Amino acid sequence: MEVLAYLIPISLLLGGVGLVAFVYTVRSNQYDDPEGDARRILNDEWDDKPRP
Amino acid sequence: MTAQATPARAACPGCVAAPVESTSPVPEDVQIALSLPGIHCSACIATVERELNAHPGVEAARVNLTLKRALVKATPDIRAAELIPVLERAGFEAHELDPGALSATQTDKAGRDLLMRLAVAGFASMNVMLLSVSVWSGATDATRDMFHWISAAIALPAIAFSAQPFFTIAWSALRVRRLNMDVPIVLAILLALLTSIWETALSGEHAYFDAALTLTFFLLAGRYLDYRTRAAARSAAEELTALEVPRAIQIVDGTEEEVAVASLNVGDLVLVRPGGRMPVDGEIVSGQSELDRSLLTGETLPVFAEVGLRVSAGEVNLTGPLTIRATAVGEDTSLHRMADLVAIAESGRSRYTSLADKAAKLYAPGVHILSALSFLGWYIYSGDIRTALNIAAAVLIITCPCALGLAVPAVTTAASGRLFRNGMLIKHATALERLAEVDTVVFDKTGTLTSGVPELTDLGDHSRSDLEIALALAEASSHPLSLALAKAAREAGITPAILRDVVEVPGYGTEGCYRDQRVRLGRAAWVGGEDGEQTAAWLASGSHPPLRFTFTDSLRSGAAEAIAAFRAAGKDVILISGDAQGAVQALAGKLGIENWIAKALPQDKATKVQELSDQGRHVLMVGDGLNDTAALAAAHVSISPASALDAARVASDIVLLGNDLSPIAEACDTARKATRRIRENFRIATVYNVIAVPLAVAGLATPLIAALAMSTSSITVSLNALRLR
Repeated sequence: MEVLAYLIPISLLLGGVGLVAFVYTVRSNQYDDPEGDARRILNDEWDDKPRP
Repeated sequence: MTAQATPARAACPGCVAAPVESTSPVPEDVQIALSLPGIHCSACIATVERELNAHPGVEAARVNLTLKRALVKATPDIRAAELIPVLERAGFEAHELDPGALSATQTDKAGRDLLMRLAVAGFASMNVMLLSVSVWSGATDATRDMFHWISAAIALPAIAFSAQPFFTIAWSALRVRRLNMDVPIVLAILLALLTSIWETALSGEHAYFDAALTLTFFLLAGRYLDYRTRAAARSAAEELTALEVPRAIQIVDGTEEEVAVASLNVGDLVLVRPGGRMPVDGEIVSGQSELDRSLLTGETLPVFAEVGLRVSAGEVNLTGPLTIRATAVGEDTSLHRMADLVAIAESGRSRYTSLADKAAKLYAPGVHILSALSFLGWYIYSGDIRTALNIAAAVLIITCPCALGLAVPAVTTAASGRLFRNGMLIKHATALERLAEVDTVVFDKTGTLTSGVPELTDLGDHSRSDLEIALALAEASSHPLSLALAKAAREAGITPAILRDVVEVPGYGTEGCYRDQRVRLGRAAWVGGEDGEQTAAWLASGSHPPLRFTFTDSLRSGAAEAIAAFRAAGKDVILISGDAQGAVQALAGKLGIENWIAKALPQDKATKVQELSDQGRHVLMVGDGLNDTAALAAAHVSISPASALDAARVASDIVLLGNDLSPIAEACDTARKATRRIRENFRIATVYNVIAVPLAVAGLATPLIAALAMSTSSITVSLNALRLR
């Protein structure tokens, strides 16, 4: 049962990482245009090199 | 559109007046917002961004497909009026938006706040659920206690943060001694936490930390959906307001200055160019023109305007530039006075109780009584306050309104999303439910069933030589009738005759010389014809008597389909218009409407709608003008096209964003389906409660059963709602 001493903190940490990542996406306006972002990946304009 | 200064290469070739110097340049970059109602795919995004970025002076352009909008960062000398033709050449409809009216939506604080709370509740509930699963699958003694304590350590701060919206709403309801949906929610969450901590401290077997968190999570999800739907409607409504950039040209000491309409005072001189809308009520002091009053009165015939005529805000100037002296501005204009009428009628509408409110009225007291009774019963039976409290908490959690809290927002979100994709904007929260009850549809004519654009009807009755002269004269003017005549003649392959000295006489028509003969195209009185009831332009050429060209208002696309669909669905269709008898009769005949009223005053329209309501009918009013505003507000539910006046849009529950009318009939169908789904969802939620509540009252409910019942009911109602998409 000692394994719990590692696993529980790890599970909490992973949950925390997920939460922080989500907070980051909200703060950087990544939910402003869900429909547009979904279509933008189909655009082949910057396929060869990244947009300058 | 409001009168506004356009640079030299303006989109409208008919702008006769010289461009005004732009206001003094600001050194910073400017933000220009453009509405792009036609974009729908990745190719559209790419084309729009490429075209805009290629335009000199544009620094960055970004399309938002969700909002169908483009935001352009550009150097200060760039005007939206330059960018619109660029996009129109690329095949996209574009309109300027007033960034001032949009700024409110830029920072959506409330939405973000809810989303954060939702995320915290979600992540916390996942972690606690993980620990709870270990307990349910057999962890005992010290391990179980440790898991419970860790759960408590996560749940307490998470709930303190994420359940705040419920706490505040419940508290504000309790303070005025009322019950709402949030009171039992808060009670369930707090009681669950309290008994769980008590149980954990006594090494008890059952803790409800996971239930308290999932409850918060599902309810926040419902709240967030609800918020999103309303925010989307609000931002789109704001966009419509922003479409009318409120600028006017004021004449100060003989020079023209572009100013905000709000800064105009009584007595100011205002210049209104052809095509511009009157920003204020006033009196014409110089110039001659014709006025289109259709938005205010429903009349399609333009009115001759000369010095001394009183004009009202909202009328459109057609041919010559007019200078008016303001007699009433802002709130005092006849346009705004209508708002009072609307406010009176609206108070009646707010009396409508939505399905959700009806459910909450039954639910909130029921749950409290049930849980109090089980507490009392068990306390009397066992004499143990701990057991009794545990069972009362279990009853509250199991009856939790998760499913109820999701039942309505999930359906309205799905339905509004579907209608929005079809070009309809639901502004009012209960509009869908009211739309589902409609049995009578009242239409306005001008601007609603018709597009307000004239169409030549008797091209074939005229000789080719006459048409050639008429075309040459028509092409020298931007009057709607001239444009219609020119379009029809060009389409018929007519080439214009060669004329000399063509001049437009504002308010009358155009004249020129053809083989040393004077030719005229214009108003009956000026050319020598007789004024009739029909919209007509007259042509005088040579010795023979003046020729009459008649016009009709062209039908809006989808109007025939919408009316056919309503009739097929067994609804009564009525046409009420302020226009002349002949025009209304002709249109009613064309569309097969038997029930029509012509020459109706604004009060007549509202009275007729009220009469129908008094007969117990549920009236859907579709209208666009100022003369419809009172009727729109008096109806059970109302729809106005996006081209309507601001006052009419404010008064209506639903705004039609596109030009096509056919989505209206479909909207009724969607609304009926949505109401059916909401009722189904209530039934599903009830069935779950009927099964689970007896278990809870009997003291057989475990946290596992509570978690299962809660999650399955919430997921079932959400999936049921998604069937509507």
